[in-house]
Amino acid sequence: MSPAQERSNLAERLRAFHKKHGDKIGLTALAEFVADSIHSALQDAAAHDQNLHSELQALAKYIEAAKSEISALRPDDVKTDLLPSASDELDAIIQATENATHEIMGATEAIDEIAVAAGGDIEEKLGGETVRIYQACGFQDITGQRIGKVVKALHHIEQKVDALLEAFGDMPSEPGRKTPANGEKKNKAMSDDELLEGPQMPDDAIKQDEVDALLASFD
Amino acid sequence: MAVDKNMNVLIVDDYKTMLRIMRNLLKQLDFNNVMEASDGAEALNLLRQEKFGLVISDWNMEPMTGIQLLREVRGDENLKHVPFIMITAESKSENVIAAKEAGVSNYIVKPFNAETLKSKMESVLGEF
Repeated sequence: MSPAQERSNLAERLRAFHKKHGDKIGLTALAEFVADSIHSALQDAAAHDQNLHSELQALAKYIEAAKSEISALRPDDVKTDLLPSASDELDAIIQATENATHEIMGATEAIDEIAVAAGGDIEEKLGGETVRIYQACGFQDITGQRIGKVVKALHHIEQKVDALLEAFGDMPSEPGRKTPANGEKKNKAMSDDELLEGPQMPDDAIKQDEVDALLASFD
Repeated sequence: MAVDKNMNVLIVDDYKTMLRIMRNLLKQLDFNNVMEASDGAEALNLLRQEKFGLVISDWNMEPMTGIQLLREVRGDENLKHVPFIMITAESKSENVIAAKEAGVSNYIVKPFNAETLKSKMESVLGEF
């Protein structure tokens, strides 16, 4: 019952009380009226508390369901594995294209020197072509900046996921999912699909001499 | 008046690749006295030590950006007349307007070609 309804109800009761007893109201009747009114108000408050309790219970269930759904999305994997991995891959692309661009320019500068030594028509023609190569190498600057923007966006998402995980506290475990123990992934036989991971990050990739040694170990 | 191709040209960019491209393109145009800086602060330092006939600068650099460098140059009594070309991937009209208001001599959007570089340099320095 709202406060306005409570006031209206009390006024109605007072009018009925006055009609019944007139202007001369006995002390006992007045005491009974006050006691009834207080009792009635307490009952209303109890009903109100019950409603509030039900609402809070429903809200708690809703939050618990949301936690389960978010947990099923594996936000911890997104934060610890997928996002950093994506950022590393993009950084590796920038580094690889930069290295390749410098290789191309090194070769082009060598051609320029040969052209200058040759002089005449050859110098002019080769010079025109090397300019085109230098221009084209500008792609690395643009792609580097674009990828840099994506990396920033990923870091932003990572922070949001982090805040989400912190806000929800400990997530319920996904049913049937087990976290692999250290080394379990390495030792387990991998499927063909799992073997297809594409280029490795430089620090993770094994070197040619390590490949050779590994192959030799089978002999 | 003929353009003095022996002038010092300062190129400013935080991408080593772009500095190398610029140096080679300028070499093709017979500008061989090229110095490099990797951000605005380093460029300003060089500008206060040596005499330069042209500055070609990127915009997006740290800690001092190209537009901050431009404002410093235009606010310096000894440097305010040095021609300043901005070469940048920042291609919104707001950027061009801000650069113009800061006193840029010309503005080239990346990716660019050698012909554009030459024509913008000529518009600032005179034909060569």
